[in-house]
Amino acid sequence: MSLGALGSQLLQVAVALALAPLLVGWVTQCRAWLSNRRAPSILLPYRTIHKLFVKDAVVADNASPIFRIAPYVVFGAMTCAAAIVPSLATALPFGAAADAIALVGLFALARVFLALAAMDIGTAFGSLGARREMFIGFLAEPALLMVLFTASLISGSTSLPTIVDTLAHGPLGIYPSLAFAGVAFTMVSLAENARIPIDNPATHLELTMIHEAMLLEYSARHLALLEWASALKLFNYSCIGLALFVPFGVAEGANALAIIAAAPALVAKLAIGGAGLALIETLSAKLRIFRAPEFLGTAFLLAVLGMLVNLLLGS
Amino acid sequence: MAEVPDTGTFDALHGVLAIVVAWLALGAICMIRPRDLRVVRVFFPAGAIAGVLLAAFAAIALADAPRLMVLPLGLPDLPFHVRIDALSAFFLLLLGCASACISLFSSGYFRSEEGTSPGLVGLHYHVFLAAMALVLVADDAYFFMVAWETMALASFFLVTTDHRKEEIRRAGYLYLLIAHVGAIAILLCFGALQGGRGDYTFDAMRAVTLAGSWPSIAFFLALAGFGAKAGLLPLHVWLPEAHPAAPSPVSALMSGVMLKTAIYGLLRVTFDLLHVQAWWWGVVALALGLLTALFGVIFAAVQTDMKRLLAYSSIENIGIIVAAIGLAIVFDANGKPLLGAIALTAALYHALNHAFFKSLLFLATGSVLHSTRERSLGRLGGLIHRMPWVAWLALLGTLAIAGLPPLNGFVSEWLLLQAFLFTPTLPQSFVNMLVPLAAAALVLAVALAAYVMVKFYGVVFLGRPREAELVHAHDAGVRERAGLLLLAIGCVLLGLFPVNVIAGIDHVNAQLLKTSVKPAGESSWWLLAPVALERSSYSPLIVFGVISGVVLVTIFVVHRVWHGRVRRAPAWTCGFPILTARMQDTAEGFGQPIRQVFEPFFGIERHLPSPSDTAPVYFMRASDRLWRWLYMPIARSVEAAARVAGLLQQGRIGVYLGYSFVTLIALLFFVQ
Repeated sequence: MSLGALGSQLLQVAVALALAPLLVGWVTQCRAWLSNRRAPSILLPYRTIHKLFVKDAVVADNASPIFRIAPYVVFGAMTCAAAIVPSLATALPFGAAADAIALVGLFALARVFLALAAMDIGTAFGSLGARREMFIGFLAEPALLMVLFTASLISGSTSLPTIVDTLAHGPLGIYPSLAFAGVAFTMVSLAENARIPIDNPATHLELTMIHEAMLLEYSARHLALLEWASALKLFNYSCIGLALFVPFGVAEGANALAIIAAAPALVAKLAIGGAGLALIETLSAKLRIFRAPEFLGTAFLLAVLGMLVNLLLGS
Repeated sequence: MAEVPDTGTFDALHGVLAIVVAWLALGAICMIRPRDLRVVRVFFPAGAIAGVLLAAFAAIALADAPRLMVLPLGLPDLPFHVRIDALSAFFLLLLGCASACISLFSSGYFRSEEGTSPGLVGLHYHVFLAAMALVLVADDAYFFMVAWETMALASFFLVTTDHRKEEIRRAGYLYLLIAHVGAIAILLCFGALQGGRGDYTFDAMRAVTLAGSWPSIAFFLALAGFGAKAGLLPLHVWLPEAHPAAPSPVSALMSGVMLKTAIYGLLRVTFDLLHVQAWWWGVVALALGLLTALFGVIFAAVQTDMKRLLAYSSIENIGIIVAAIGLAIVFDANGKPLLGAIALTAALYHALNHAFFKSLLFLATGSVLHSTRERSLGRLGGLIHRMPWVAWLALLGTLAIAGLPPLNGFVSEWLLLQAFLFTPTLPQSFVNMLVPLAAAALVLAVALAAYVMVKFYGVVFLGRPREAELVHAHDAGVRERAGLLLLAIGCVLLGLFPVNVIAGIDHVNAQLLKTSVKPAGESSWWLLAPVALERSSYSPLIVFGVISGVVLVTIFVVHRVWHGRVRRAPAWTCGFPILTARMQDTAEGFGQPIRQVFEPFFGIERHLPSPSDTAPVYFMRASDRLWRWLYMPIARSVEAAARVAGLLQQGRIGVYLGYSFVTLIALLFFVQ
């Protein structure tokens, strides 16, 4: 492992950790603009996280250690995931230790811990949120894996840096299978990141909430870590989407100049992607929870269709 | 490798047979004072030591040349043949490791009030272990069937340990019935395999080349026969009945080890005794396996009894293993032994993993059952506070079975998915088209398994106790903890060191597929790369290191930069003043979304109270439609046939003499 590769690895993790709350702030801002409201500062997520870290943590009397460990495990899994997804460059030595399947595994690890922590206190909302989160997850996870499989069939590898290398720097090809995969991935990302139409990130105390229901008992630093982790999740999903479907601009290897050139491209792509997300959220209404299987089932089928198209057309 | 006949010096095969004798002797000794609980406390740990030794002998035999022996037992001119090769050694290793942990746990588990005296349980238990070892070393059909039936009978007696209860006797009867349907299929399979020569040694079967459709007949008989033991659809119905009936260590042994003997039998027939393989066998096995996996996990999601839930989860895992075997057949029949080896490695790895995590979870339910006397998920909860040892060790098993990195369940699923990604290279375009669907079904089953396990763990160990008596729950004893701890350590090690495990499994690949995954991959001891480094690689050690590193650094930084103050307070619950345990999700509630989505799968019986009811009752039961569609018609037709046959029985001696007279006349007529 060269020093440059290690540097690129650490840089990309640092960028993910630093930019994730900004992306959330940007999406919130866009949503506000689109619904003709005055937008909060784009830096609000940072202030919220800082404020939460400063506060004293309040933990329920009957909380077990799982409740207190879970935020750290979720945060760790998301950071780990950020270390696999190429955002600036494809030089990611950690990508050898964990491929696309392991990435899905890491997301599942975070989800299971969060769901267990939500059930730990034994409140109505917590277990309800846990149940719904696992319910969304069991449909979204296979769909995500199918999307990644389509990409890995094209590149003949399940390692994300290799996939991105093939797609971004290989001979330019048109992949009809990726069109299906792209739609499926968008739908999965909306569901997995607790966005409208599946869930509403701006909600508290709605009977239909999913992600927020699991966080209700959390406060202070635990809540800060979970907020940060969910921002990281959004950032990771955005970067997976960008890496698979618009991989242009990602530096090949650990070339310092190329990485510097990749940074504005990443920021621009994330800004457009975030605005697009806000647009989808503004335009769609939230689905009833039992419409969610239809939504995710469609995503799943589209992803499987993508794989079939890939096999039929060989591209 | 050339086979080594018996030389008289002590080798691994002698060692295995010595362990079998030791287990049988332990079983007999247990009967000296059958009512004394001390026999369990003393002789089960001895059985555990024998298990460890068995694992050691098996580990030696795994890398060694096959060894043969003819035992001076059996019928005249029909002696017992035994043989140990890489395939049997691998399963013996599994049996040794898992049974050692389970025996250790059992030594602290069994009580006097189980229904059968402790000594008798000890006898059945050790005969069961010995029979499983003999199934794995048997080298002729006759001895195999003797050992197989001994195993079935011993496990039947163990299932009906608490035989004074009606439903337990029914469960045992169902198990015995299906075990024998399977045994008949296996017997017929051996009949087909000997090819009309009348020589029932496995050596002769290897030499015979079957013509026409006989290989396919033999394969499907084997799939049906061993599938009945393993719990493949549609012969799975005994599992959810027998497991809740049996004492927990027996459930662990049956689910963790006995189901694997069926996998062993399927592999032995398919890859060793049969020469030809048709790719479409693999497709059938793949489809059946995936159907079983999905079926098992969907039913697991709606169960309200923790042992039934685990039983359905076993059906799911067996489905995954059989699907992997099917994939291995498809690859092997198409002349791609390397890819077949990856699929077979995934199957064997998953079998080993399942032996560890399923035993761990079944034993954990045993501890919960003893401590709370409650098996229903609706009456448990919050046990992590009362039973921390069991809860934390069960958490490892839960994460492992949910297929989460860096534990062991993930490794085998990862390998299997890798194998799936290679299928586009196959010549049959029809199979190529099936692959995305198969991969999709597999990942769906795996993702649902996580749902099921969160339900299991969350409802049993987390939350608030749902019954007042649960405050008296106590943690497991030292021996139970030790057994659980060893199994949990096994889960962690199997998860963290896949390369070393696969190096062992590779001997089986070398024997069955004449190839090995090792030289092709660029694995080093910490990095698993089954085919090529740029194709795919996975390193659980590094993933574990990075996650725990990030967690520790985060804890340090957060406490350093900000603070680590914690205040305990009553739960907030959005400001609701009253919080009772009844407000949590129940097991039914947790399974409700799955029930709704997969409603056509279940036969659902609902009773809704009406407003005018004086004592309103709500109940809902999700049952298996196969009962109504398949089993009940068969049962009814058997009963109808029995009634017709019953007409012969007039109960008067004159009528029976008349029958004899008519028979004699008929015989005389034919002989003429």
